[in-house]
Amino acid sequence: MAATPRSEARAGLKLISPTAIYVILLLAVPLATVLLYSVLTGGRGTISLPFTLENFAELWSKPVYGYIMLKSLLVALVVTFITVILAYPVAYFVSFHVRPERKSLWLFLITIPFWTSYIIRVSLWFVILGFGGVIDSALTSVGLQPLNIASYSILSIIIVLAHAYAPFAVLPIFVSLEKVDRSLLEAGQDLGESRWVTFLRVTLPLTMPGVIAAVLIVFIPTVGDYVTPELVGDGKEPMIANFIETQLLKLNNFAQGSAFAVASMLMVGAVSVAFVLLNRRFIGGQK
Amino acid sequence: MKKAPLLHGYALFYLLFLYGPIILLPIFAFNDSKVVAFPLQGLTLAWFREMAADQNLRNAAWNSLIIALSVASLSTVLGVFAARASVRYRFPGKAPIMGLIMLPLVLPEMIVAMALLVVLLSIGIPLSLFTVILGQVLVCTPFAVAILTSAFQSLDRSLEEAAMDLGETPLSTFRLIVLPLVMPGIMASFLICFTISFDEFIISNFLGSGQPILSVYIFGQFRFPAKVPSMLALGTVLVLFSIILLGVAEYFRRRGIAKAGGKDSGGFL
Repeated sequence: MAATPRSEARAGLKLISPTAIYVILLLAVPLATVLLYSVLTGGRGTISLPFTLENFAELWSKPVYGYIMLKSLLVALVVTFITVILAYPVAYFVSFHVRPERKSLWLFLITIPFWTSYIIRVSLWFVILGFGGVIDSALTSVGLQPLNIASYSILSIIIVLAHAYAPFAVLPIFVSLEKVDRSLLEAGQDLGESRWVTFLRVTLPLTMPGVIAAVLIVFIPTVGDYVTPELVGDGKEPMIANFIETQLLKLNNFAQGSAFAVASMLMVGAVSVAFVLLNRRFIGGQK
Repeated sequence: MKKAPLLHGYALFYLLFLYGPIILLPIFAFNDSKVVAFPLQGLTLAWFREMAADQNLRNAAWNSLIIALSVASLSTVLGVFAARASVRYRFPGKAPIMGLIMLPLVLPEMIVAMALLVVLLSIGIPLSLFTVILGQVLVCTPFAVAILTSAFQSLDRSLEEAAMDLGETPLSTFRLIVLPLVMPGIMASFLICFTISFDEFIISNFLGSGQPILSVYIFGQFRFPAKVPSMLALGTVLVLFSIILLGVAEYFRRRGIAKAGGKDSGGFL
């Protein structure tokens, strides 16, 4: 290579600078501002010095904040569990039982719904689950009782989120399954293990990184989802994102809203780190 | 390949589950009833006519188109810079910079939108379509970088070196050799970013200050039962539209891989 490391570094930095400057100004600075606001003194529409931990104390003292965070956490965990459990066999099927030249067609089919109008898909569920909606009218037309699932806000939020984020989970699991050395599986079976035991002792541990990636890819956006609780849950069961909106925009309290956003992000971060650590322990000290 | 009828059946059932709501779209968009419920009432094109006549909808669609074209262009350009730099060069601070660029992939969109909104409101920049574009570019750039990184990775370095040896400048080498080879990746990135932007709701809603934007308009209309059938007609059109766009993007992605002589590992990500 002709380029010395020094000139290479300069060329690299120069090339990446437009993108880097953009994300620093429009992402890093705003995130830092939220962090700063969370420790400033605020009121309705005002924000000022001195620095204070009052906002976080307020979060701790009023049960509503904890309730919203815990509820969002539980909903997101249930949704994550459902999506990953449902997605694993599909990823397994595509990786192990579909002819190589057909694999990208399957993946394409699975990813299409993920790219097609999120807002339309969620809104459709509103029509499907709602009172006198598609499910209820189908049930009554065959002589059964309507279920009116939409009246159970949390249940319908879980159904809709599990559906909306389903394709997210398939891809990372598929990628890790593709990396599994097939000869290891044959070795397992040659040594007399049944296919099921081979799966549990070889395939599953080897694909845990993919499972964890799937868990994170589903968990993080679901815990911060805004549209579903607003539309399907009829706004009766706000989650973190809806509550941030209330605090920041409706109550116009930047300091308190920022503190809630920061606390929520800390919780999401802590849970994500816990998943990653759990994974390390599970596969027994791989890097 | 071994046969696995149970798994195969499950996978097909899973696809049906994924597509269930989307299949309902055209069914009820052509259904001659104001209520979205079974039993079906016969065919009509009335909802499509109502959709086409809606002036607010047209404004919203026009705004969304402007936003999506700007976002797709800007994200792809920023993506080319970042992907090229990260594939081709080693430089200090690469990991944190790339981490920051990719961060919106793992950050709830609400946080990105609110952080940006707080800053815009604090320095007094009025919300407009322009602020929506600024925000959406943050969300789309990671996808552009992901697609373009794989395009640049499959590039053969010796081709560039040959061009330089034959007397081309770095810039003309990029234009004559690199750009044509990564063109399919650029097209795929543009189309994917366009699709994401066109569907995007959170940033359009909070940074748009009530400007009519398609996703925000749809979200609002679903609250009025009388408007639902024409929204389903709109949904049918939009889903068809995105499937076509994605099909074209997939075509470019595969052509790019084939051009570079790589093996298709499937999927956009």
